[in-house]
Amino acid sequence: MSLRRFIVKRLLAIIPILFGVSIITFGLVHLTPGDPVQQILALNPRAGPTEKQQLREQFGLAAPIWEQYLNWMKGVFTGDFGEVYRSRRAVSEVIYSRLPETLLLGLFGWVFGLVIAIPTGIYAAVHKDQLGDTVSRFVALSGISIPNFWLGLMLILIGSLTLGWWPVTAPKRAPLLSFDMLWYLILPGLTIGTAAASSIMRVMRTSMAEEMNKEYVTAARAKGLPERTVVLKHVLRNSLISVVTLAATLTASIVAGSVIIEQVFAWPGLGQTFIQAIRNAEYNLIMAITLFTGVFIILANLVADILYAALDPRIRYD
Amino acid sequence: MALLEVEDLTVNFYTQDGTVNAVDNLTYSIERGEKFGVVGESGAGKSVTALSLMRLIDSPGHIESGEIRFKGQDILSMSEDEVRSIRGNEIAMIFQDAQTALNPVYSVGEQIAEAMRHHLDYSKSEAKEETIDLLAKVGIPEARKRYSDYPHEFSGGMQQRAIIAMALSCDPDLLICDEPTTALDVTIEAKILEEIESLAEEFDTAIQLITHDLGVIAEICDRVMVMYGGKPVEKAPVEELFYDPKHPYTVGLMSSIPRIGDSTDRLQTIPGKMPDLVELPPGCSFHPRCPYAEEACTLSEPELLDTKTGKPASEVGTNHSAACLAYSGDLTGELDYSVTVNEDSKSNAPASQITGDNQ
Repeated sequence: MSLRRFIVKRLLAIIPILFGVSIITFGLVHLTPGDPVQQILALNPRAGPTEKQQLREQFGLAAPIWEQYLNWMKGVFTGDFGEVYRSRRAVSEVIYSRLPETLLLGLFGWVFGLVIAIPTGIYAAVHKDQLGDTVSRFVALSGISIPNFWLGLMLILIGSLTLGWWPVTAPKRAPLLSFDMLWYLILPGLTIGTAAASSIMRVMRTSMAEEMNKEYVTAARAKGLPERTVVLKHVLRNSLISVVTLAATLTASIVAGSVIIEQVFAWPGLGQTFIQAIRNAEYNLIMAITLFTGVFIILANLVADILYAALDPRIRYD
Repeated sequence: MALLEVEDLTVNFYTQDGTVNAVDNLTYSIERGEKFGVVGESGAGKSVTALSLMRLIDSPGHIESGEIRFKGQDILSMSEDEVRSIRGNEIAMIFQDAQTALNPVYSVGEQIAEAMRHHLDYSKSEAKEETIDLLAKVGIPEARKRYSDYPHEFSGGMQQRAIIAMALSCDPDLLICDEPTTALDVTIEAKILEEIESLAEEFDTAIQLITHDLGVIAEICDRVMVMYGGKPVEKAPVEELFYDPKHPYTVGLMSSIPRIGDSTDRLQTIPGKMPDLVELPPGCSFHPRCPYAEEACTLSEPELLDTKTGKPASEVGTNHSAACLAYSGDLTGELDYSVTVNEDSKSNAPASQITGDNQ
């Protein structure tokens, strides 16, 4: 009951946050030099001031900026995010068509990160300061330090050019769930997953090693429990709390963080669309993607908060 | 055969500052059902001794040598599986700070039931019923309701009771109590001690009680070992230790106990502090703080001697021994102190007053 109230409260809190996000983004977008009308008409030397004005009015860019914002807001409340100026497609449609690619890529990277990081982190903590720990820490530190676009380029270099196992860019016009696409997904997925795995592993190791020194661990051993039970039952659950926090923030990279990686691998996802939208000053598209990312991050954090309570009985929301 | 025989136990900790000799050549034994006290200041090696009995010394600590025979079997030469079948089952431990010894994310009941399910192969529901019985036995009201409570929902005293229930769950033959009441306030302390004593009686369990509190020893124990700097300095039956302490350190400890009706303003203390275990002073480790120390004390390290004959305690059967050169005749002076026994009919703890130039 109290949990339901907590969730409702948190969901309501999204509204003011999104208001803030939208105002800032809207302001920034309009502050950047060059508007869509100028960009579109630059290709047409014969276009004069009348054509310009006409287009402005058609795109809703003629009104004062506060009125534009209110108009945009009105649209959002009715589920209308406007349209892409050039193609006249609805923004929501563009997002829906690109979203699965981005989500799948992010999810792959995220799951890959967790699957690698949690067992490695446990191993490193149990064998603290031994060879395996030192090696895994070195690898994790490298994973964090290497810029992911560079890692991506190296993977292409090795995987596509040297080994020839992958095409150089994402296959065009292949449906997402085809073998070609899923096979190609591995490269950008690994790139995203490496960074995620590195940071999760480090947090897992640190928090686990810290828990291992607590007295309840000695008490559990004094009960005669096998070391496996001591570590995987008693220590693990206590150390997962900080990992959940990190994993939740990392889900944000599913949507927002893959922008560069999608560019490197020409992955047809939301990140690429976002960069194009910025380049083309597609105001409506930028706004919608930003809002969507915001909602996603907030929801991920909400899930993390709920997981805390599930892991640690001392945390209760009421 | 004694229940537990510790022989020449030596435990070192390898730290960056050097090797800490936490326990040095320790020998003692505990009979079945006996209540054995271990007293000493912090850093005397009491807790390390306790953890050694279960072979729970963790790196950087290492059990160097010695034998720990439990029911005649050497714990130190057992396989890991064999030791595990003894831990929590035949030797159990009551920890000092129940709050940290309980895992915060599992219910108290589950943590108690865990050992029984592991050692006694109880089913989930059997273990639960047994746990509820135990909780009631250690004095937790509404035990059935409390079974699924988490540690943070228990008060400090109740947490300690839960730890006791956990230790008793598999009906151990030896119960190690490591400062079981230090974290509690005085009123609860008395109750918990009573509880431990009567439960030990009921379960016919031997106790090794570790404490720095002589009052607790007086209340519960049959025999006492006083430790200093990782070594035993005096072993005696509890009455004799209180009425007739033989080692200057014991004397110092006794006179540090404040007494009701005392007119002195300052609490008596032993001057100086425990020596650094990395670099123990030569000879008797206590000599820098000992009021009776002579040159001889800086030269040779005394072993435990029978206080009557002065013969090494390891060679003659004795129940009162002290590690002081005074008993081997190597000192020119006498241990100059006297014990006055104050027979107070209201208190059942022996109240002795020690005077002398031990300051």
